[in-house]
Amino acid sequence: MKKYLSFFRIRFAAGLQYRTAAWAGISTQFFWGFMNILMFQAFYRSGQNVFPMAFEQLTSYIWLQQAFLAMFMTWFYDNEIFDHITSGSIAYELCRPCDLYGMWFVKNMAIRLSRVVLRCFPILFVAALLPAPYGITLPHSAEGAALFLVSMALGFLVMIAFNMLVYISAFFTISPMGIRILITSVLEFLCGAIIPIPFFPDWLQPVLYALPFGSMQNTPFLIYVGHLSFGEGWWAIGLQCFWLIALLLIGKMMMHCALKKVVVQGG
Amino acid sequence: MLYRRYLGMLLKSQLQYKASFIMTTIGQFLVSFTTFLGIYFLFSRFQQVDGYTFPQILLCFSTVLMSYSFTECFARGFDVFPRLIRTGELDRILVRPRSVVFQVLTSTMDFSRFGRFFQAVLVMVYAIPASGVVWTGDKIITLMMMFLGGCGVFSGLFVLYAGISFFTIDGLEFMNIFTDGSREFGKYPLSIYGEGVLKLLTYVIPIALFQYYPFLYLIGRTNNRLMMILPLVGFLFVVPCYGFFRLGLSKYQSTGS
Repeated sequence: MKKYLSFFRIRFAAGLQYRTAAWAGISTQFFWGFMNILMFQAFYRSGQNVFPMAFEQLTSYIWLQQAFLAMFMTWFYDNEIFDHITSGSIAYELCRPCDLYGMWFVKNMAIRLSRVVLRCFPILFVAALLPAPYGITLPHSAEGAALFLVSMALGFLVMIAFNMLVYISAFFTISPMGIRILITSVLEFLCGAIIPIPFFPDWLQPVLYALPFGSMQNTPFLIYVGHLSFGEGWWAIGLQCFWLIALLLIGKMMMHCALKKVVVQGG
Repeated sequence: MLYRRYLGMLLKSQLQYKASFIMTTIGQFLVSFTTFLGIYFLFSRFQQVDGYTFPQILLCFSTVLMSYSFTECFARGFDVFPRLIRTGELDRILVRPRSVVFQVLTSTMDFSRFGRFFQAVLVMVYAIPASGVVWTGDKIITLMMMFLGGCGVFSGLFVLYAGISFFTIDGLEFMNIFTDGSREFGKYPLSIYGEGVLKLLTYVIPIALFQYYPFLYLIGRTNNRLMMILPLVGFLFVVPCYGFFRLGLSKYQSTGS
């Protein structure tokens, strides 16, 4: 356990060094959030009573999305890991006296968390100061806030467990770029990053909630804004637990198969 | 012509890895397809936005996407320009007897972007009859102007991006606001974002010149023929961007590696 903790610490500290990049990222995310809100506002202005959630709920959702982007961004992968696999330096990684799956998992957690720590507070702070319908509101209840925290942690772990499958698939395909862009674009859509899942057609929503993608950013954010009630929230968290365990098991199994057949060609 | 030679060479080299090329192209197609689906789902719920109908929005979306993906394919060299600086490739370019711009343009092209372009063509083929526009000669010219103006403004943005990378590579993510941002948010007529944003995107980054104003003429919200030639004014955006690039180039000191 201690060795994983130090992997985490090293990566986390390294991630904290990129401060200018963080400021650039904060302004970008702030801009995206704002443009998104203005876009939805245009729809809300012209539509009549067909809104799946109130405008204040939607703006809170969008600011959460922007503030915690680094935790849930679908396009981010640690290229070092792909390089290890394609270049063969995976051999060194295998020599280490620790589990490869666990090590990569922890590293990914650390990179994403270090980015979030740098970026989320300024965004949340400014979003909280914005006037009424545009800013972020407090969670609608104390129980909701507690559920939100639990669900955030679970959603984050589900996200990384899914990432792991993509890393491991590089053992089988060698050239991971094609698969990566395919998966990213589908995932981005299905997890509700382009438009929130409640805005999807009614027949599609249950499917999306049930898929693992619905258990990533969707669940915690919808709990926060009160779109999911306390009872529904518990169910959603149960589903998150299920997907986390399932994805971990699948990942471990794939890793096992991959390492059995991995051939490192000398050099 | 030398440019055509380079084009052929780069195309051939990218087609060498067929499976990867096809998958990336499909991926590019899918990326934009999810954007399209997002618009579709919103419209199946809300019907219209600020009085614009779904096919009209698609016309706007496809023009922007078309010019963006076209520019992205051929001006890719400026998009990856920071790499040329970092690897010292730029030094090699500077000693060769051809213009820098030509060499940057021919250093790389990304043909998988045609996945996006193809998507834009499909959407446009649907939107052209469905949008209810009566396609007289002037409207056809306006549409072409929009495409050309778009290529101009986006090229300008890529060149500007390259120019900034002479001074800093840390804060470059900031430029995504303008490049990726204008593609993403240009799918709707810019007026829906409100007066302030529209002004900014008219006078500072002239995206509205090839997107919003000629679009108004296209769908018949205005009869002012001046709107037809505004995209050409947008094309002028390349000039200050290129100027900035030259400025950066004149300040350039090699890393010496």
